[in-house]
Amino acid sequence: MTVPAVAISDLNYDRPKRRGLAARFVITHPLGAAGLFVIVVMILAGVFADWVAPYDPLTVNYGAMLARPSAEYWLGTDTFGRDVLSRIIHGARTALLVGFLSSFAGSTLGAIIGVASAYFGGRIDMIIQSFMDILLSFPIIVLALAVVAILGKNVAFGLDFNLIVAISIPMVPRVARVVRSSALAIREMAYIDAARTSGFSHTRIIFRHIVPNVTAPYLIMLTALIAQAILLEASLSFLGLGVTEPTAAWGLMLSGSADDFYQQAPWMIVFPGLAISLAVFAFNLFGDSLRDWLDPKIKI
Amino acid sequence: MLRYTIQRLLMMIPTLFGVAVLVFVMLRVMPGDIVELRLRGDGAQVTPELLAMERARLGLDKSLPAQFGDWMGGLLTGDLGISMWTGRPVAYEIGIRLELSLELAILATILATMLALPLGTLAALFKDRWPDRVISVFAIAGLAVPSFWFGMIIILTLLLNFNWMAPMTFTPFLEDPVKNLSQLIWPALAVGYRYSAVATRMTRSTILEVLQEDYIRTARAKGVYERLVVSRHAMRNALLPVVTVIGLEFAFLIGGLVVTEQVFNLNGIGKLFVNVLARGDYTMIQALVMLVAGFFIFVNFIVDLLYAVLDPRIRYS
Repeated sequence: MTVPAVAISDLNYDRPKRRGLAARFVITHPLGAAGLFVIVVMILAGVFADWVAPYDPLTVNYGAMLARPSAEYWLGTDTFGRDVLSRIIHGARTALLVGFLSSFAGSTLGAIIGVASAYFGGRIDMIIQSFMDILLSFPIIVLALAVVAILGKNVAFGLDFNLIVAISIPMVPRVARVVRSSALAIREMAYIDAARTSGFSHTRIIFRHIVPNVTAPYLIMLTALIAQAILLEASLSFLGLGVTEPTAAWGLMLSGSADDFYQQAPWMIVFPGLAISLAVFAFNLFGDSLRDWLDPKIKI
Repeated sequence: MLRYTIQRLLMMIPTLFGVAVLVFVMLRVMPGDIVELRLRGDGAQVTPELLAMERARLGLDKSLPAQFGDWMGGLLTGDLGISMWTGRPVAYEIGIRLELSLELAILATILATMLALPLGTLAALFKDRWPDRVISVFAIAGLAVPSFWFGMIIILTLLLNFNWMAPMTFTPFLEDPVKNLSQLIWPALAVGYRYSAVATRMTRSTILEVLQEDYIRTARAKGVYERLVVSRHAMRNALLPVVTVIGLEFAFLIGGLVVTEQVFNLNGIGKLFVNVLARGDYTMIQALVMLVAGFFIFVNFIVDLLYAVLDPRIRYS
């Protein structure tokens, strides 16, 4: 008896299509992908700001003070005749750099503290947690403002590093709390006991067995906090305690003289704020999808 | 319950003490000194003797532990000290501004809750249909828009359309409620938008969760009106997480006030905080930080207690 030869491909079953990681993310999370797209565009605009921006963001032109949006100046000019669009494009660089760096610093330090606190437990955990509780009893902006006022400015490579420190400190206890609770669950796993009985050192257990298992909450907090960092930087700059003139920064564009020109130059107020909102919106969308994708149970 | 309440109250003490130590230490490493800033501010020639005298007057010449002891002793007896900048008592400086900020915070909370509860419920009931989508855009936007910019846009809109200008002086509620509300409703909206966005999302997700419960199915099966199912069975049970969020965000509101008061030119606690930070006014900064942190911790405590009131299943012991 002959069995008719059937090629695998003839069988009528849905073979899961093999797609790349990125493609799967785009298909399952279109909103997150849209957010990511905006983020990529902003990064490109920030990196290539010198080429993309039609004017120099710092060049003062008193002949074109408070010019209306026109073909020449798409989004108008400010009180010094500086092109608003160019300043927004260059502002993307400031916002993203400060956002990324402070979120990275805050999340990493928070994750280290969270893992250490969970792993060692006992008295160390208690001391660390009570210190984190103290930091948590400040509203974010109050703590950041206090740190800025205390540290002053420390500008290197055109970036105020103390500002980054000030923005990242309020994040530390928040990340530590989330990472700690994930690490606590992992600490109880059998493979940790196995590693311990094998006589591995604390360092090895922490870095090889626990850290890889808390990368999901870490990455989720990292992206979520970039949005927070951008908002916070804008607020501090708006209050005159963040990025200072003449650097192009979105929050700064809204501070100082901008409010005197509500009537004559509303474009000075409308566009920088739109840029902040769009950036935060994009990071929120992407962050939400990433959380959904990596670990829907995590609450932040 | 009483025991738990007392326990929680006692637990607040070490945290507050920690806040006090942290603030004190942070301020002392701050470069610059109010005495020099104030006396040398305009390039005046000041003798070192005068500086030393002024420092002695403010108690800045004492050792750090002694200064800390003075401050703690003052706090315990209710004496907050004297502003190093204006020379007026700290309690007075804060007192004249507290009413404004507190009213703004309460108004924002009321606005936010009034928006969030119906919107969140509506979004949950129309899940994945257009009302849900419209509301979720409102909520996501609320999380992205900076409150100070939203405030500026409100001012701009009012100015261009109604020629409305932010008044220069604050009218207390008891003096003229209408004038007071017409003045504070806009800044409250600016701070409250973000707040309501957070609460709307929370309301939506908890209502969705609760609607999956067996008792909802039971209620529907026995023929309870859908309106009653939602208002009595679903909303009541969804209230707990929503109250938590509203409580926690209320504490965060203080942060929102810092920028919003600046935009609307309101002379409240937030604006005061920014000013005293710039001047390095130790006594004022210390008092304000303690006030904010204490308030924050206290609100968390109230939220915890509300749990037990709203959900009889929770029994603290």
